[in-house]
Amino acid sequence: MKTIGVLSLQGDFQAHCDVVKKVGAIPVPVRTKRDLEGIDGLILPGGESTTMTKLLLSFDLIEPIREMHAKGRGLLGTCAGSILLAENLVESSQFRFGFIPMTVRRNGYGRQIQSFETDLDIPIFSTSFHAVFIRAPKILKCDTGVRILGEYEGNPVFVHYNNLLATTFHPEITEDTRIHDYFLKNCVST
Amino acid sequence: MSTENKNNGHSEDNVLKGTFKVKVGLAEMLKGGVIMDVVNAEQAKIAEDAGACAVMALERVPADIRRDGGVSRMSDPEMILQIMETVTIPVMAKARIGHFVEAQILQSLGVDFIDESEVLTPADESNHIYKQDFKVPFVCGATNLGEALRRIGEGAAMIRTKGEAGTGNVVEAVKHIRAIVGHLKKLSVMGEEELMSEAKNLAAPYELIRWAARNGKLPVPNFSAGGIATPADAALVMQLGAEAVFVGSGIFKSGNPAKRAEAIVKAATHYRNPDVLAEVSKGLGQAMVGINLDTLNASELLANRGW
Repeated sequence: MKTIGVLSLQGDFQAHCDVVKKVGAIPVPVRTKRDLEGIDGLILPGGESTTMTKLLLSFDLIEPIREMHAKGRGLLGTCAGSILLAENLVESSQFRFGFIPMTVRRNGYGRQIQSFETDLDIPIFSTSFHAVFIRAPKILKCDTGVRILGEYEGNPVFVHYNNLLATTFHPEITEDTRIHDYFLKNCVST
Repeated sequence: MSTENKNNGHSEDNVLKGTFKVKVGLAEMLKGGVIMDVVNAEQAKIAEDAGACAVMALERVPADIRRDGGVSRMSDPEMILQIMETVTIPVMAKARIGHFVEAQILQSLGVDFIDESEVLTPADESNHIYKQDFKVPFVCGATNLGEALRRIGEGAAMIRTKGEAGTGNVVEAVKHIRAIVGHLKKLSVMGEEELMSEAKNLAAPYELIRWAARNGKLPVPNFSAGGIATPADAALVMQLGAEAVFVGSGIFKSGNPAKRAEAIVKAATHYRNPDVLAEVSKGLGQAMVGINLDTLNASELLANRGW
């Protein structure tokens, strides 16, 4: 069975842990360096990216996560997590890992009142995916090599790059487990 | 979420905004975090830099409202807008209990969450705001399970236990989180035939009682507020079952707000790790001067506001 770390500094990490269990893997909440030992992949959840960044720095998690990535372990970032994975942020100098060559604007769809839910056509799935966007970031540009798996109004919302996956919506707060399942099958090896 | 809450989704093709799912979604994202009261843009920046997951914009922190007395109302929209322009994290603001026009104004400003708050002077002595009519999510205070479920029935997307705001004394926050969590445990072992009576006893919607009994939790995130002044206080209410904390007067009424704010943020993450809690509790300077609850008259207790 695969063991999936879920960064549990702040945000909806519990929802991710629940889905990881549903797709047949073992979730491990990650709050310290030691929690990263022995995991096969890592999920960066939704929440506030500024808060997570602050805590990643305070608890010396940045280097160990970089090393994990360098060893070829897969990562899935949702919403705030996708911001942490992006290489470039518009009008923001905040920390990010920069693992995916894409440009992201935080709160790119506006404030909470503009948050929305919608059915997305995602070609790799046979039926539409119900996606919830909460103060979501907007992916403005992806470099070559980044596979766009889903779009909304012309902007990528679900991307795959090597063994990294990012969504600007929240697959963890719906009942649909297909994205986590895809992550386990295509980005995580034991 | 199979609650009976209807959404008032605004649809363009298949795009829905302001639904209950979208409202609760933001509450979900604030879990494990600290929401801090701030009275100006400068404090908002300090809060954001310390790692707050959201700020509550208000003119006076509860400790000052308590000291000054008089009628306490929604804050000046100009001040709220300044704070919204200063930080990138969600901004909340307070409306008086039952004052749906203040809520309409706050929605029009574009705040991310409205707190229908007992800290302000109530505008209606029998009714709360009908929150399902709004696109913006609401958080409401509660002292017990019945009150929490009534607010959710009206459309609240988040509950926070009330505690006793502006006292720096965590005793009431503990009482309220224990009351709610304890009652949820009790519900979860009740037979189906007992739930209608329980709904009657709690004066709470039957369908929500059934949902809570089946799931052993509230249908929306359950945060804690009112009297949290130290990292240990934050960890205490979280070990008791709160999913995040609001800190009001406790930060900017203390000796070193930036340091204390940061320490409480770390405590909310590592609330089960005494080694981290010990480390972050060191050298925080003067905590806010607290108030013992038995020195207050019943009329001075903010938690009694709300119906």
